[in-house]
Amino acid sequence: MNGFDALAAGLACPVPVNDDTVVQMAHGGGGRKMAQLIDGLFLPAFRSDALAQLGDGAVLTVGRERLAFSTDTFVVQPPFFPGGDIGSLAIHGTANDLAMCGAEPLGFSVGLVLEEGFPMNDLRRIVASIAAASAQVGAPVMTGDTKVVDRGKGDGIYINTSGIGRVRDGVSVGPERAAPGDVILVSGPVGDHGIAVMAARNGIDLVTQLLSDSAPVLPLVRALLDCVPEAKAMRDPTRGGLATALCEIAVASRVGMRIDEAAVPVRSEVRGACELLGFDPLYVACEGRFLAIVPPQAAERALAALRGFPDGAQAQRIGEVTAGDPGRVLLRTAIGSHRRLERLSGEQLPRIC
Amino acid sequence: MRHVDEYRAPQAIKGLIQRIAATMTRPWTLMEVCGGQTHAILKFGLDELLPERLRLIHGPGCPVCVTPLEQIDRALAIAATPGVIFCSFGDMLRVPGSHGDLLLAKARGADVRIVYSPLDAVALARREPTRRVVFFAVGFETTAPANAMAVYTAARAGLTNFSVLVAHVLVPPALEALLSAPGSEIQGLLAPGHVCVVTGYRDYERVAARYGIPIVVTGFEPLDLLRGVHAAVVQLERGEARVENQYERAALRDGNPAALQVVRDVFTVCDRKWRGLGEIPASGYTLAPAYAGFDAVQVFGLTDVTVDEPADCLSGLVLQGRLRPTQCPQFGKRCTPEHPLGATMVSTEGACAAYFHYGRTPAQAAHPDAARENEVSAL
Repeated sequence: MNGFDALAAGLACPVPVNDDTVVQMAHGGGGRKMAQLIDGLFLPAFRSDALAQLGDGAVLTVGRERLAFSTDTFVVQPPFFPGGDIGSLAIHGTANDLAMCGAEPLGFSVGLVLEEGFPMNDLRRIVASIAAASAQVGAPVMTGDTKVVDRGKGDGIYINTSGIGRVRDGVSVGPERAAPGDVILVSGPVGDHGIAVMAARNGIDLVTQLLSDSAPVLPLVRALLDCVPEAKAMRDPTRGGLATALCEIAVASRVGMRIDEAAVPVRSEVRGACELLGFDPLYVACEGRFLAIVPPQAAERALAALRGFPDGAQAQRIGEVTAGDPGRVLLRTAIGSHRRLERLSGEQLPRIC
Repeated sequence: MRHVDEYRAPQAIKGLIQRIAATMTRPWTLMEVCGGQTHAILKFGLDELLPERLRLIHGPGCPVCVTPLEQIDRALAIAATPGVIFCSFGDMLRVPGSHGDLLLAKARGADVRIVYSPLDAVALARREPTRRVVFFAVGFETTAPANAMAVYTAARAGLTNFSVLVAHVLVPPALEALLSAPGSEIQGLLAPGHVCVVTGYRDYERVAARYGIPIVVTGFEPLDLLRGVHAAVVQLERGEARVENQYERAALRDGNPAALQVVRDVFTVCDRKWRGLGEIPASGYTLAPAYAGFDAVQVFGLTDVTVDEPADCLSGLVLQGRLRPTQCPQFGKRCTPEHPLGATMVSTEGACAAYFHYGRTPAQAAHPDAARENEVSAL
């Protein structure tokens, strides 16, 4: 039967392929499939109010202190990439998650899974990088663990870091706190890390100047919260990129968002690589940027604070929180049309032509 | 960014939209043939800006979408064979076969790898002499030269552990099948610019003359697409039916002779099944006899694998431009990018995925057509 016959036969569809019998890469991709795993498996199993907030970390009250607690696991290949390595990334990632809770880091745990045969010199470089990054954010490695697996049973090195931090007095940020009228800011150009790692991984030699943005956002966050302690929400757009981070906040706060595409800073090298590969830079990971949602009267103050740092020089106001269409993020294109931003579904895959 | 920004300039786009509107004295229906064009139209929201009386229907030009089920099933069978490294362009990995997709095969232990160039697969075969490396040679005339070059290179190097699963398709025969179908509503075509970069557009001149429709060789940026629409509308208003080349900066009338030469050396034209369109005579490439030893279907003994398309899959209607994605009762409900019912929801260039990704759900209000489409009972 061809399509024309199907037209005559009426409308029906085949049974979908049940593809969730084994774990797939997209379950860890930071997009919708991972959200399904969290909503369908983890949240019902753990029944934890703190986890259900789905913030970058949990905030718990101990006596009079509010403590932020976060964990992250790093499996990046290759372990050394332009602008960073897996060691610094493992500290930056967790420190940034704490910063997104409005917290100052107090200390880290570091868990290493090493594959038999991993070069000791590479391990030394990575450990030195962990030490330098923890010194940079002003919090020590306090506890750790090491396991070695048989050759072929790992991918060289995996690192898990957890961090604990103290939430700043007078600060209360959370993904559920965005309100209509608030202004959405981004601290710098998006997509550098994802494209730099992809270029290093695949030997794509297009972007010789491009470095990963892997860096602690803590100095910028401190400056922002010094000036704008009433900031509502912050998030670092890692896997799934800016679009996914915006969607997560829009859903958690039950608000809509309008984003102005022309205002989102993207480096021309990143745009070029994305054009070639068929990627959308709004969905490419960052490791040293964050988005902040602040009340409208604080927007200019916040931008001025961010722009005082080299990493924040390109900070931009990219849009507003709206009352309509809860959970929906609408992008106004540079030519005045509109399209919706969705959570990334699966991984972005390079296109054929 | 040079070579991009000048084709996305807002003022020029607004001016061209106005000129298109001013040119039209009556409604017209155009088909943009290539999935890349569909994707750009949705991504930039051109459908929202164009006059309502201009209807764009989305053509079959997405190689991932039209690759038939049996070829996907063959790919899955090869990938599951011990010792095989199965290489593919990224966006083939999510296309559902009869039982799962290549990503799922990978999760179950197959060695499936994304490559950015077919020559990377040849290099892999050189590095891994004890493994059998298979490349999924998918695409229109656009990717045929690079895929042909991979086979040519492997032959020159005497590689015996490299083969290709060929699923190449050709645009003009599919266009003729659509245009000659009863009830075709297509009044003009935006021809795929990148295909014409390789093949030139003499074949399209024959199609334009035979079916009496204007065809504009069109690029992929917003201004390219609008210039293509404008040129087609001007011809329709004047009652003309010729081929125009809007994509002059890349496409020539005779195409790229060097690329065509390697394609002619390595491939030969064959009948081919298209997902959603059925078998179309002389609409694909297969390996020429001199290169038959590189044919993965022969190497892995899969000539017997034939699969009929699910009789009730609607993506064929979408590929023919007879059903808008949002008119499908399953769009965004049972059929999503996570659980695609058909290939048009999988590929980045598939019409359904483009509608879904850019928020053209029936409930979405940003698109002026959304409410109206919602009221249209499915056909």
